[in-house]
Amino acid sequence: MKKKLLCLAAALATVAVSSAIQAETVKIGFLNTFSGRAAVFGKHQKDGFELALDHLGRKVGGLDVKVIYGDDQRKPDAARQEVDAMLKKDRVNFVVGITWSNILAAVQKPVVRSKTFLISTNAGWSGMAGKQCSPYFFSTSWNNDQTPESMGKLLQDEAVDNVYLLTANYQAGKDMLAGFQRYYKKGIAGKILYKLGQTDYQAEISQVRAAKPGAIFGFFPGGMGIAFVKQYKAAGLDKTVPLYTVFTVDHMTLKGHGKAAIGTFHTNYWDLDSSNPVNQRFIKDFVKKYGYHPSHFAAQAYDAPLLIDSAVRAVNGDLSNKDGMRDAMRKADFESIRGKFTYNTNHIPIQNFYKREVVADAEGNPKIVTRGVVFEKHKDAHYKDCKMKW
Amino acid sequence: MDLSLLLFEQTLNGIQFGVFLFLIAAGLTLVFGIMNLVNLAHGALYMMGAYVGATVFGWSGSFLLAAVAVVPAMMIFGALVERVALRTLYERDHMDQVLATFGLILFFNELVRIVWGPESQPMPIPEALSGHIEILSGVPYPTFRIVIIGVGLAVAAALYVLISRTRLGMLIRAGASNRPMVGALGVNIRLLFTLVFGLGAVLAGLSGVMAGPLLAVEPGMGEDMLVLSFVVIVIGGIGSIRGALVASILVGIVETVGRSILPVMLEAVVSNEAAQTAGPALASMLIYVVMAAVLFFRPEGLFSARTG
Repeated sequence: MKKKLLCLAAALATVAVSSAIQAETVKIGFLNTFSGRAAVFGKHQKDGFELALDHLGRKVGGLDVKVIYGDDQRKPDAARQEVDAMLKKDRVNFVVGITWSNILAAVQKPVVRSKTFLISTNAGWSGMAGKQCSPYFFSTSWNNDQTPESMGKLLQDEAVDNVYLLTANYQAGKDMLAGFQRYYKKGIAGKILYKLGQTDYQAEISQVRAAKPGAIFGFFPGGMGIAFVKQYKAAGLDKTVPLYTVFTVDHMTLKGHGKAAIGTFHTNYWDLDSSNPVNQRFIKDFVKKYGYHPSHFAAQAYDAPLLIDSAVRAVNGDLSNKDGMRDAMRKADFESIRGKFTYNTNHIPIQNFYKREVVADAEGNPKIVTRGVVFEKHKDAHYKDCKMKW
Repeated sequence: MDLSLLLFEQTLNGIQFGVFLFLIAAGLTLVFGIMNLVNLAHGALYMMGAYVGATVFGWSGSFLLAAVAVVPAMMIFGALVERVALRTLYERDHMDQVLATFGLILFFNELVRIVWGPESQPMPIPEALSGHIEILSGVPYPTFRIVIIGVGLAVAAALYVLISRTRLGMLIRAGASNRPMVGALGVNIRLLFTLVFGLGAVLAGLSGVMAGPLLAVEPGMGEDMLVLSFVVIVIGGIGSIRGALVASILVGIVETVGRSILPVMLEAVVSNEAAQTAGPALASMLIYVVMAAVLFFRPEGLFSARTG
């Protein structure tokens, strides 16, 4: 009888101790696309995210961390199911990730309503920067319009006129044009909205050539970009009409583009040659761990654990102090791959945007180099619609 | 801007796109016509051809070697897929075949992602074919696209010879016309089917390797072409190579010329705002409207091979 009581006491003590230990873990739900055609986005962001956790010594703010991975399969309903499981079953403290704006729009309400922090490592849906802004939402990436706005500013300032606009016929594609035309006010030679998923662009190239524009502004995400740039080069259009793009040529697609991308220009907020030491360490260790060069997707995801770490550290591990964590995150007081930056009232980064060109390196392979700053401390265009003030 | 010159150029573009579609649709119509098999995984075979081509091109640096290597690779691969996965499907309903071959699509996409990784594979245009030829004055046409037209027409000619002048071709025509009768006459249907499927796979793979230098070689690339190739074989008549050639050029021209002039034509009729939104939408619908119109007047397609 005594032995039985002793065993029972020991068992209860173990349970008590282990549940006490469990309370000291930061639970992060990482939601992204890990299957299907867009799996590459999830892979890059997961790799960046994991590297940051390695650099933090697998501890966030001094606490152990547990990551629950969820695959949204690029479908809003699958994303909702994953998020529901993360919130209700795993009781995560942070939901991090999300590549696509439509997924963000689908999952933000349940996360925010449960008073859980939602950190987007990519999706830059303008609703979240404006009317739907929330004290529980933070971005380590950007607002969708910021990048095309910087391209519009670049072409407005450069000796380029009569631009032909090419974009995909869906919401994000139209947003790219809207952002571009917010700052580019000179002549437009023509506009084509091609079908999303289209792979043959010879007809569009013929039309552009006939219009004799000064340049092309294009948005061609993923494989569509590789197809367009290859065909643009093959048609010899690069000899007469320079190509300026956003979200088309980056370190995720550069290998697929190959030499065809040499001579094109684009704008974004980050690249491999940003010289700040945090970025250089990130790149060096990324290449060492994974064997490939990181894209901006990986870089954005790398910032997320650092942001969370700064928050948890500020409240000394008291995860129930959400206001304290929010105040800490608002300070953006961590070492980011983009250098020192501040948050806007809508929790979207105020950051620089740069002009980039793809050149040939010593072996003739494509390499992205920075050609100067387009915007310093650029605010997104939607923060005035956000009712948060702090 | 000379509109008539542009129209001529767009028609040329349409013909080239059509010949490329023929390369993909030829294999599909053969398999559907002879074996009565709805093979959604045809796009996956196209993707495998592109990956094999990209890999061999990466190793050897020779595009010719890559294109040649695809033929035996896809023949073996196609025969393997047919024996392992498709044998049991011939007697089944088309819907069962759709379900099974759709599963094959998912399987191959993930297989490719696991083996090669999710990033797009590099496949540049071979140096020798990267120039232009001035077909029209002031309009350089990519040499590689002309090569595609050449390959497509050569395949059409080869298929013509195969189907009308060889014993295998005779069996293929008979099988498309009345399959049970061919079996009853003592022909080894199993071997015939494996050969036909292998041929279809080779054609799909060849179109994949030709497409690789102009498109992105990535998981899921097969689905981009799948719907259009089904539209082509439905318009052309299932089982008919001649139908596939005519229909693919028709689809190519309608799709290419349609999406370039439709927005312009619309702008002349309705307001600029309405034309901007309606134009691209209508252009993407155009080819399905044409298909519906053809089927309305000739439900079996333009050149049906079926008689029994």
